[in-house]
Amino acid sequence: MKPKKSPYDHDRDGHDLTGEALHARLARTWGREPGLLGWLSTVDHKEIGRRYLVTAFIFLTLGGILGLVIRAQLATPESGLIDPDRYNQIFTMHGTTMMFLFAVPVMDAMAVYLIPLMLGTRNIAFPRLNAFSYYVYLAGGTLLWVAFALDVGPDAGWFSYVPLAGPEFSPGKRVDVWAQMVTFTEVAALAVAVEITATILKQRAPGMTLARMPLFAWAMLVVSLMVIMSMPSVTLASGMLISDRLVGTQFFNSFENGDSLLWQHLFWFFGHPEVYIIFLPAAGFVSEIVQTFSRRPAFGYIALVLALVATGLLAFGLWVHHMFTTGLPRLGYAFYTAASMSVAIPTGIQIFCWIATIWDGRPKFDTPLLYVVGFVVTFVIGGMTGVMLASVPLDLQLHDTYFVVAHFHYVLIGGAVFPLLGAITYWFPKFTGRMMSEAAGRWTFWIVFLAFQLAFAPMHWSGIMGMPRRVYTYPEGLGWELTNLLSTVGAFLFAAGLLSFVANALVSMRRGKVAGPNPWDAPGLEWATSSPPPPYNFPHIPVVAGRTSLWDNRGHLPAMQGLRVDDRELVLTSVIDAVPDVREPSPVPTIWPLVAALALTTLFISSMFTPWAVVIGSVPVAAALIGWFWPKDAKVHPEPVID
Amino acid sequence: MLPPRFTGDLARLPTHAFTHRALTWWGVMAFFLIEGTAFVMAIAAYFFLMNQEQVWPPPPHDPPDLLAGTLFTILLLVSEVPNSMAKHAAEKGQLRKLRRLMALMTGIGLALIVLRGFEFASLNVLWYDNAYGSIVWALLLLHATHIATDWVDTTVLTCLMHGEHGVEGRRFVDVSENCLYWRFVWLSWLPMYLLIYWLPRWVA
Repeated sequence: MKPKKSPYDHDRDGHDLTGEALHARLARTWGREPGLLGWLSTVDHKEIGRRYLVTAFIFLTLGGILGLVIRAQLATPESGLIDPDRYNQIFTMHGTTMMFLFAVPVMDAMAVYLIPLMLGTRNIAFPRLNAFSYYVYLAGGTLLWVAFALDVGPDAGWFSYVPLAGPEFSPGKRVDVWAQMVTFTEVAALAVAVEITATILKQRAPGMTLARMPLFAWAMLVVSLMVIMSMPSVTLASGMLISDRLVGTQFFNSFENGDSLLWQHLFWFFGHPEVYIIFLPAAGFVSEIVQTFSRRPAFGYIALVLALVATGLLAFGLWVHHMFTTGLPRLGYAFYTAASMSVAIPTGIQIFCWIATIWDGRPKFDTPLLYVVGFVVTFVIGGMTGVMLASVPLDLQLHDTYFVVAHFHYVLIGGAVFPLLGAITYWFPKFTGRMMSEAAGRWTFWIVFLAFQLAFAPMHWSGIMGMPRRVYTYPEGLGWELTNLLSTVGAFLFAAGLLSFVANALVSMRRGKVAGPNPWDAPGLEWATSSPPPPYNFPHIPVVAGRTSLWDNRGHLPAMQGLRVDDRELVLTSVIDAVPDVREPSPVPTIWPLVAALALTTLFISSMFTPWAVVIGSVPVAAALIGWFWPKDAKVHPEPVID
Repeated sequence: MLPPRFTGDLARLPTHAFTHRALTWWGVMAFFLIEGTAFVMAIAAYFFLMNQEQVWPPPPHDPPDLLAGTLFTILLLVSEVPNSMAKHAAEKGQLRKLRRLMALMTGIGLALIVLRGFEFASLNVLWYDNAYGSIVWALLLLHATHIATDWVDTTVLTCLMHGEHGVEGRRFVDVSENCLYWRFVWLSWLPMYLLIYWLPRWVA
């Protein structure tokens, strides 16, 4: 077949091809095969995003059940519900699941689904990598939970400190499972970070300069760069841990002049930014929700962006505050205390901007905005206890007590889960085409918010009274009975609240009010397309001239025409000013990412048993990757190069 | 849905472009950052562990022998000449020249892998001897994976250049990005070379 002579020989969207006729053509080009193979081969960011979201919620449920088991055990002193060994596995699994399998992936899920829609593009950058990342994440989570079911669940805590996690004190495979799960999830998170960065920098709608980008996209850009700079550290650390355990390297063995503190440095160099990797997307949700429900553009856009960037930078300067009790030089104490306290400043700026937006707007306190209010209250409390813990003398007293447990549940649940629940309520119509029940949503909010306080506020007192974290039981008469009982009651009510959230979502998916493209009258581009969006996202590529596109253009959508409809094409724009630059072909669906993920899974799991698995296992991985990148349809693309 | 109001036409845009105009370039840059961070953390670990020892390398180990590592380094640096030529040829769309240069790069990659094997044998320490042994093996292995992955990539692209896909503009972008990646591979080796081979001699 000869290349056609003119670019106009191909059918393109525009005046002559729009509406239903265009939909039919684009749906054929951007759709996928029906059936199982088509389902497994999909590279649609919305499908992958939905799978990420559902899987993350399944892991939340599993991790949550473990949290309830912990609370049941601690409800009364000297309870014999679970034995110490099982308890060690349970608290390790709870923390590991929540951090690695829920908190980071659920934020990735939202970004993978929403970012391309918010930016006005047809698919995420590197969509096959996206599919691959999901399968790798799923494999890592499955490995962890199957191991737990087989009584090989990790039991050295979610940060697996050596020497406890080393070969000497943790024989068997439990810690290896943990370390390989880390490798899986980091590969997945790094892949998503690369996709999101490239999508945000190169695929924004024409006219969407950096200064007009949605605040959630800004948050995800900062987060993705943080992932890129922090996760290699824990991947390296978990690799070293496995090799200490498997092939006898001595990285952490002090008898051969290794150092267990090296583990803590490498882990927390990732682990502290991780907290902001979880929180900043939530801050992005809050900005979007506050704007829509206050009926005015976010107050202090530039300050909000700078606060995100500043938090991202500062997050890399405070990992040592997790290590105050290991002994530090005096200057180290002073520096890391100052850095830890200073991160409260950009966070404070954001909170004041949100309050100003609500104050100056015409706020409508629907469920999403209620969660924002709940977030502000809870997160501020968690932030205050954080500033308390940043002070070394206090930290030395409270380290490893329930005060710390209370603090990080306040910042993580208050700071990330509340905004997430608000965000899901907010974008639910976009995901499903239907609204969640507002009445049920309000009830759920109050149960979740109040039960959370009941569960976690008493832990501050447990901690101040000296109750250490990670103990499987405690004797009578220490004064911890009441606070623990309250925490347990609160935890079960909190779980009931989350359950009613899920029930509301499931019922609304079938019976909710039909939403239409923009049920909240929101300003972002994701609301310019139908709910749920078609496989190609937008019939024509939207054009942007301000920060609140749909509010600026009532009654029509500025757009550009001219993309091919017989081939998957999207537009690359310049990094800063978003000037259209290249028509980029977007990869078609294929099974290879799944095959590559399976090959990698085989490599990772078998390398827990023999180092040769890395050598032998890399052959199928390489073969799968070659299959993945091998160009298949040279005949579809040829088109005269127009320069 | 809102009716469109057209403000421009995209049909005249090219379907591929080089360097920062290409999506792949940004992907490659992100992977540089990821792998660069891993190298930086490994280097930090090296100095952290060095701090635990009175003498570096700890007795009775000698510093690694220089021959294999130095030959490797020289060949790696020299390889930038054909690499730059290949990148240039890709961006100019000179297919025949590119085929020859890619074949040469594949050969060089293979020679480097062989030399790397000799490097492991000349470290004068095993990975399980002590923390010093562990970290120098780790640095060398970490870099070896980059040599190996790029070699596979180069070989595949060389094969592609001889088939029907070689004539596509996008393959030239791929080759250009692969050449860019090679620059990262040799640049990241330079600090490793100093740490593994020379620092133990300087501090002794």
